[in-house]
Amino acid sequence: MNKQIICKNATLGYEDGIVTENLDFTVNSGDYLCIFGENGSGKSTLIKALLGLKPQVSGEIKWCDGFSAKEIGYLPQQTPIQRDFPASVMEIVLSGCLAKCGLRPFYNKAEKELAENTMKQLHIENLAGRCYRELSGGQQQRVLLARALCATRKMLLLDEPVTGLDPKAQAEFYELISKLNHDGITIIMVSHDLNAALKYASHILHIGKKQLFFGTKENYLTSKTGLDFIETEGGVIQ
Amino acid sequence: MSEIAENLQYYFQFPIVRYALTVGLLVALCSSLLGVTLVLKRFSFIGDGLSHVAFGAMAVATITGITNQMIIILPLTVISAVLILRTGQNTKIKGDAAIAMISVGALAVGYMLINMFSKSANIAGDVCSTLFGSTSILTLKKQEVWLCIGLSAVVLCVFVLFYNKIFAVTFDENFSRATGINADTYNLIIAVITAVIIVLAMSLVGSLLISALIIFPAITSMRIFRSFRSVTICSAVISVICAGTGFFISLLYSTPVGATIVTANIVVFLIFSIISSFSGIKK
Repeated sequence: MNKQIICKNATLGYEDGIVTENLDFTVNSGDYLCIFGENGSGKSTLIKALLGLKPQVSGEIKWCDGFSAKEIGYLPQQTPIQRDFPASVMEIVLSGCLAKCGLRPFYNKAEKELAENTMKQLHIENLAGRCYRELSGGQQQRVLLARALCATRKMLLLDEPVTGLDPKAQAEFYELISKLNHDGITIIMVSHDLNAALKYASHILHIGKKQLFFGTKENYLTSKTGLDFIETEGGVIQ
Repeated sequence: MSEIAENLQYYFQFPIVRYALTVGLLVALCSSLLGVTLVLKRFSFIGDGLSHVAFGAMAVATITGITNQMIIILPLTVISAVLILRTGQNTKIKGDAAIAMISVGALAVGYMLINMFSKSANIAGDVCSTLFGSTSILTLKKQEVWLCIGLSAVVLCVFVLFYNKIFAVTFDENFSRATGINADTYNLIIAVITAVIIVLAMSLVGSLLISALIIFPAITSMRIFRSFRSVTICSAVISVICAGTGFFISLLYSTPVGATIVTANIVVFLIFSIISSFSGIKK
């Protein structure tokens, strides 16, 4: 198992204060890591740090073995701008290839093929010409997922991906992610959804003002943090 | 009909009219291309704010008495564009308030300076033509036309070369950053070429009406078209057609050029809105 990200005693925050500290965890290739934390516990700051967009205040975050922060396929939360954005699905998926272009102004044939194949993989090839804002929530998430997969095949970082989806679309989306994980893609998911996390994840990271828990799912279920959280969330141990 | 044609033919004998049309079409083309991005990024008011800044800069240029006012107007507006963008990211003063402050401030200071120092006998007329561009487009010199053509060519090249990046940064800045695209640089490029377009457009429609050239074609084409590329192309076509039509009408009926072009844009917007609501019912 290759280590992809090592986080050693990292403290995250802004100039005017620390958001979260004592973060100590490792992400190996093929892991399915779920990150829990209440609002304001530093989840979004942690996401920025993992993406390499915001340096840690102290400690160390390392991307190892030729893996770099830019190779994380990011699935951000939807912004209000996107909801009425006139863009075709193809345009959006292709924009995932943009980092491969470098200074070249236009997409080449290989990148267009990559976009088409990724859409086939996620069963959205029939949506290619459709307008993004007219799709259902579940379809939109698949489009953004396809875009992230065009950017990388190593790791996906999902920020509360099922928010706003109906239960059926949620279940389908989780199955899709699980399948990608079985194909060898590392998954990091920030989530509120305890049940889904306990069903699919291999590892759990629970953060508050500091790191409350990191370890395998099995250990989480017997830890105090885990048991408390399960009780307050009304989760079902599976 | 033949009378109108003869009339136009008569006007087009004058180089001034040909210059004005060239500049008008180029400005319309450039502003509409960028308009799509500005509207989608919720930056519509940057156009408005910068046009006021350009007015202030024009006032400064007027009282210094330089013949080529562009030397002052262009850098001042570009600097303000960068400042507005920076303060937009600053949390202390929110973006819209910052833009309002800079723009109204520039307007007030500009008007005051013109009133205090201008040697012109007709201050009200000068101010009016700066604000509404009433006749200034017909007083363009050959040198200014070439400058305009040059700058438009630069804007068009930058837009075409960075089209995909501009799309990505507009649609999802966070994702672009995460994949290693330097979103700040592209935002800066967008702001700078917006400033250039506004300075160019000032001679056409005047500083108060520039935002119309930026916003209307984009909003209009978004009524009907559904992909970024088709919206961009359609908005360019609409803008050029409206500028051309508005220009001819203003020649034939001696209406103010800028206001006529904007009115043409409004008419097309209404037509597109009606079409889109009808096609919406069919769905």
